[in-house]
Amino acid sequence: MPKKNSMPVKDRAVKAGIATGEEVLPVERCLQIHRIMVLARALEERMIKMSKSGEGFFWIGGPGEEAFNTCLGFQVKKGEGPKFDYLHFHYRNSATMLAMGMEPIDAIRQMAMAWTDSFSRGRNFPSHFSRKAWNVVPVSSVIEVQFAMAPGTAIMQKRHGDGVTIVVGGDAGAAQGDFTSCLLWSSRPGNELPVIIITMNNGWGISTSHCSQHSCEHTIERGKAFGIPGEVVDGNDPVACWYAVERAFRYSRSTRRPFMLEAMVARLNGHSSSSGALRSDEPDCIAMFEDRLLAVDVLTQSKIDQIHSQAHAECDDAVAQVMREPRPGFGDIDKFTYSPSEVDAVYPGDYTGLP
Amino acid sequence: MATMVQAVRLALHYGETHLGVTDIFGEDVGPPLGGVFTATQGLRTAWNSPLDERGIVGAAMGIAYAGGRPVCEIQFCDYGFNIIDLLKVAGNQRWAGAGEFDLPMVLMTPSGSGIRGSLYHSHSFESWASRLAGWKIVMPSTPLDAYGLMLSAIIDPNPVMVLLPKALLRVKGDNLIPGEPDDEGELKRRIDAPVGDRAHWQPNWPAVEKYIVPLGVGMLVREGTDATIISYGRTLPLCAQAADQVRESTGFSCDVIDLRSIFPYDWKMIAASVKKTGRVLIVNEDTEVTNFGEHILRRIVEEHFYDLLVRPRVLMGRHVPGIGLNPVYEQNTVPQLPGIKAALEALAKDAV
Ligand SMILES: Cc1ncc(C[n+]2csc(CCOP(=O)(O)OP(=O)(O)O)c2C)c(N)n1
Ligand SMILES: [Mg+2]
Repeated sequence: MPKKNSMPVKDRAVKAGIATGEEVLPVERCLQIHRIMVLARALEERMIKMSKSGEGFFWIGGPGEEAFNTCLGFQVKKGEGPKFDYLHFHYRNSATMLAMGMEPIDAIRQMAMAWTDSFSRGRNFPSHFSRKAWNVVPVSSVIEVQFAMAPGTAIMQKRHGDGVTIVVGGDAGAAQGDFTSCLLWSSRPGNELPVIIITMNNGWGISTSHCSQHSCEHTIERGKAFGIPGEVVDGNDPVACWYAVERAFRYSRSTRRPFMLEAMVARLNGHSSSSGALRSDEPDCIAMFEDRLLAVDVLTQSKIDQIHSQAHAECDDAVAQVMREPRPGFGDIDKFTYSPSEVDAVYPGDYTGLP
Repeated sequence: MATMVQAVRLALHYGETHLGVTDIFGEDVGPPLGGVFTATQGLRTAWNSPLDERGIVGAAMGIAYAGGRPVCEIQFCDYGFNIIDLLKVAGNQRWAGAGEFDLPMVLMTPSGSGIRGSLYHSHSFESWASRLAGWKIVMPSTPLDAYGLMLSAIIDPNPVMVLLPKALLRVKGDNLIPGEPDDEGELKRRIDAPVGDRAHWQPNWPAVEKYIVPLGVGMLVREGTDATIISYGRTLPLCAQAADQVRESTGFSCDVIDLRSIFPYDWKMIAASVKKTGRVLIVNEDTEVTNFGEHILRRIVEEHFYDLLVRPRVLMGRHVPGIGLNPVYEQNTVPQLPGIKAALEALAKDAV
């Protein structure tokens, strides 16, 4: 059976914040993280609805990964070019994007295949983000290819400032050679690279359990062969996630070397809409965080309810707006294939059909 | 005159000194070897990668995303079959990403037969490559074109694949590269690494100049009136030779088109020639099922059916699992001069 995630149940109720072990996350930060987690969940739930209502087709996303992904997004050095962090995402990183400042409507536009979808113009699946201004390179559905690309952005970053590359994948995908390529290319002697290699371990690849295919419990164990340090973190605990992410960033940013992180997370709505996107009974990081916030009187139940209903209302409004926005047309099919070129006699601008 | 491999090296030198090339890398690409065909000897930005084709392509993509200008090498195209999905992703990134991310990367790789390479050093790649939308694919048949196409590949802000015909890499050209010394012994002394200890060797680069062969522009290497031969890479010089011999013996004269760019291909040049001659022979050495030449044939048939005088032909490599080492295999698997000549003679004899 796949490993179930267990929460550190007994928090030390510290007034100044929420604690896991010795680590205390200040109240302000907790509230900020909680709001994004709730917004991410509301967004995903609204998109699941869209996949069933015909407003979209396929859904895939990150319910269950909000705690880790939010903590990651808040700590990214956001900007464009090699002086900033590069992000090679998995398809479950919506909370990271929201924490970085994405509006929910941006994701909904992609779900709705609208022309206003700034990530892919209605071309790619949901949660397949792309944003040049934030160094978010296009997410592809091809499992693990981002791990082959990540060393490339880090090669450039090592020459310019203190940016690091973050690459995220699932536990089953770590079976691909590209995962090992990433470990190897990030640890070449004398050419080590600032890459944070993240596995979101939900215990499953669609229907195949992690433990039925992988002899080691954690993918970070493979880092040992390459001299890459790493850490496993309870991905349901935002406090633990915050500090694990902080340590990873601090290590890679300062040493310019790779670091591995593995977050043990839940998969709350199954793999995707293909399997029905039904809610599972795995532990829910938001509910558990709220129990802790309630226990130390940081939030009241009515305040929590208000945060949830606001998030849902925001997503509902966004869907209503997107439904009125333009869709791609026949004339848009070729667009953005080629960048203009001064040396191409046939396609000096974009692609225009066969030569 | 420079050989093709020297021309590639000179182009890469021009690229890293004038066109912003940041990284030239691949297996054995850096010192001390400078590439198994010596295409990357003495280059300032050349480095050795792990023996990992997927890692090489992925790294090139990442470098290109992050503002670099990479030229990566797959040592033999025969080892590029496990990178096809990455190449597909590289070709679709701009389209999939709402036009935000350019991917100015060059992938060069030796392709085709002619070096007694047997099963795993004789493959062709252009038919596979031609199906990678978003890429541009070129294949020179002369050193000067290799130089000019490589410069275009570097300047173009899209992924460009440069297929280098293995058989022609050591063949000298008929034309000087602008800035190349007249004396070929001098060129060799200045840019070829010595055999043996190279620890202290430095190239003494000639001041080569910008010379562009635009993408999508073929070259009419022979002009005639009776037939059109379309080829590129290793088989191109064989086609020119066959055309010369047939013309000499029978007076039957051909346009011989060196396509140079596989994609985008020079349809204008092809169409004009087919209209003029009405007879067509397409020659390449990739295997014959779903061959790039078949695409060209399809367009000729569909768009110039009534311009054709006789049935058009495509001469290709045989659909067999590989090219065997004994010369009997290679000689009879991919087009050679006698076969091309025979095909041309048959085309000439076809009654209208
Ligand atoms: C190369 C490749 N093979 C197969 C698939 C089909 N597929 C999509 S998701 C998936 C499972 C991925 O599991 P994991 O890496 O653990 O990520 P998770 O979905 O659990 O987050 C598979 C097999 C694919 N997209 N790409
Ligand atoms: Mg998984």
